[in-house]
Formats: sequence, C-alpha cells, structure tokens
Amino acid sequence: MAARVGRICGAGLFKSNTTSSLNQISSYSTTRDWSRGRKALVGSLGILAGGAGAIIFALDRSVRASELELHPPKNPWSHNGWFDSLDHASVRRGYEVYKQVCSACHSLRFIAYRNLVGVTHTEEEAKAEAEEQMITDGPDEAGNMFKRPGKLSDYIPSPYPNEEAARAANNGAYPPDLSYITLARHGGEDYIFALLTGYHDAPAGIALREGQYFNPYFVGGAISMAQSLYNEVIEYSDGTPASASQLAKDVSTFLKWTAEPEFDDRKRMMVKAIGIFTILTMVSYYAKRFKWASLKTRKIEFKPKSK
Amino acid sequence: MALSSAIYNTLFKRTSTFALIIVGSAFFFERGFDLGCDTFFDSYNKGKQWKDIKGNYSQ
Ligand code: HEC
Repeated sequence: MAARVGRICGAGLFKSNTTSSLNQISSYSTTRDWSRGRKALVGSLGILAGGAGAIIFALDRSVRASELELHPPKNPWSHNGWFDSLDHASVRRGYEVYKQVCSACHSLRFIAYRNLVGVTHTEEEAKAEAEEQMITDGPDEAGNMFKRPGKLSDYIPSPYPNEEAARAANNGAYPPDLSYITLARHGGEDYIFALLTGYHDAPAGIALREGQYFNPYFVGGAISMAQSLYNEVIEYSDGTPASASQLAKDVSTFLKWTAEPEFDDRKRMMVKAIGIFTILTMVSYYAKRFKWASLKTRKIEFKPKSK
Repeated sequence: MALSSAIYNTLFKRTSTFALIIVGSAFFFERGFDLGCDTFFDSYNKGKQWKDIKGNYSQ
C-alpha cells in the first residue's frame, strides 16, 4: 500500500532509504561531540533546575497544609467531561438567581446584555432585560448626565458606584465582581457551590465580628457575606423547584459561563482536535514503521578477512 | 494496480492537476470533517445547548 501511495505521489514519500537511515543512526546523539566539561555543566544545570522546582513545589505544599481551609468537594457538573457543553437551561436560571439575589451586592461588569443573546435569552428577551434597567448616560448638551433605559449594548449595571461605596455598605468587606470569579478561586464552580451552600453556626472557639458569618469553605472561616440562598427565595420562570442547592448549582453554572463564554466552542474544538490528531498520529506511525522496516529487520554479518 | 496507475497518469503526474487535487480534497475533507464533528457534538449534548431550548422561549 505504502509503495503504491509513494508511486502515486511520485515523490519518494514512503520510499525507504536504507543508506541514509544507517548514516543517521551513527549521529543519533546530539551530545556526541561535546566535551566532558560541557556535558558536566549542562548536567549540573539540569539537576539544579530540577532541585529548584522540587523545593518550590514542597514550599507550596507546606503552605497549603497549614491553611485551615476546607476544600470544596468535586461535583458531577453536567459540563464536566471532554465533550460536554454547558447546560444552557441551567445558565438561564442562574442568570435569574444573579439578577434577583446576587446583583444586590455584586457587580457583573464584564457581561453586556448582548452577550446573553443566543446563550440564555432570545434577542427580544435580552432587550426587555436591558430596558428594565436605568443606565446613566451622557453628558448631554448641557453637560449633565442623564438616565435612560438600557440597550443591548449596555453592560450589566453595578450595585455600587465604586469600591469604597461597596465596602461602606458591607461592613468594610468588598463583594468582588463576579464576572471571572470561577477562574479567580481555587475549585472554580465547585467552590462557589460549596460556599453558597456551606453556611454553618460557628463552632466553639471561633469568634466572629459584627456582620461576619461562619463558612468553612471561606479561607479563615469568617465571611462578611450573609447566606443569601434559601429554599424558595426566588421563583424560577421555568417552574423548576427552587431549592437552595438548585439555586446554588444554577448560579454556579451561570458564573462558569460568564468567566468562560467560549466554553462550548472549546469543547467543540476538542472533538475536532482529537479527531484530526488521531488521523495524523496514525499516518505518522505508519510512515515511521515503514521507513524503519529495513533498519529493524537488517542483519549485520561480520566476516573477518581470512589471510 | 490499473486503477492507481490510471489515477497517477491522469491526475497526479502533472504538478498543476496534482496541486488542484490537493486543494480540492483539502476543501472537501475539511467540510466533511467539520460536519461530522459538529453532528457528533450536537447529538452528544442534545437538550443542553441554546439551539435545543430556544424553542421554549420564542414563538
Ligand atoms: C448582602 C450582599 C451580598 C449578596 C446578596 C451576595 N453577596 Fe457575595 N459577597 C458579599 C460580600 C460583602 C463579600 C465579601 C466577603 C468577604 O470578603 O468576607 C462577598 C463575597 C462573595 C464571593 C467571594 C468569596 C471569596 O472567596 O472571596 C463570592 C464567590 C460570592 N460572594 C458570590 C455570591 C453569589 C453567587 C451571590 C448570589 C447568590 C452572592 N454572593 C450574594 C456580599 C453579598
């Protein structure tokens, strides 16, 4: 078969060239011509780099072990797995949770209403969502800022005008912007879910200050965000029972989407990349075996010259 | 054998037709490959993507 392909291409593509292969084999090692000193230098450099890496790794581990922090359990998200897209019905419900609960304190500055189109909402719905909000625009001819209903191109308005205002309203704690929060925290959406459902009475010995609550998943345990998700705290428009864990799961999925809007495209590319690289691997494997066949099957005979 | 030499003589022997074959087959391979992958992805994720649920929200 290979010979035929080679002939069809007429390019010696699959032609096995024993002599040149044999010549190559003797110059296999790229370090063959190095001096001893150079080999020693490169060798010790390698050992040094490896050792430094090991020390950094060990230091990092030791820091982690000393943290009094509960790591979030891994949940079986419907978008886990190599080829799984996000569950867009869940993302849509998560938007409802964000809008009705979290948006009281958290901004979502990097998401515009137009981003929702074709992901969680139709264009008309997204327009209606935007129009519900009054957006500050301007300045007009007199130099004044004015309010107008939102448009598709507007970003989701923030609850506070700046960080200081946010801190002042939340006992000095800053509710972070949620756009990229799943990328900004170890554990990603597992962490968000665990945090939102993990509130507890503080165990004995933990002192909470005014306006703090106990949450074992938050570093240090004392968080300034009160529990905000309870059973039936909002009602879903699609009729899904709004248990606290359902709300947390949906808003975590939504925040996964806001942080990685390219998520589905990436998973789609995964299929294509695996497909194309499978084909390329098979072709290269076949070509390699073919080219090496004569080398691997050769026999070396030593005939001393008889005097 | 006859087939492959026929193909070789009519299509691959001349560089111009050979180049054309390469471009043409790359085009059709790409279209087919993409279509196959997308079909797989869409059926694997049936019911989860926006295109599967948008019927619930627009008339
Ligand atoms: C009452 C205001 C309020 C509401 C409502 C609220 N949060 Fe918070 N959130 C805060 C504050 C304040 C902080 C900062 C806590 C701290 O640093 O101690 C915070 C912190 C966070 C953090 C970061 C935790 C960390 O690891 O630093 C996440 C994630 C979060 N909130 C998600 C949510 C989600 C999701 C919702 C909606 C279900 C929500 N919050 C609703 C006030 C709020």
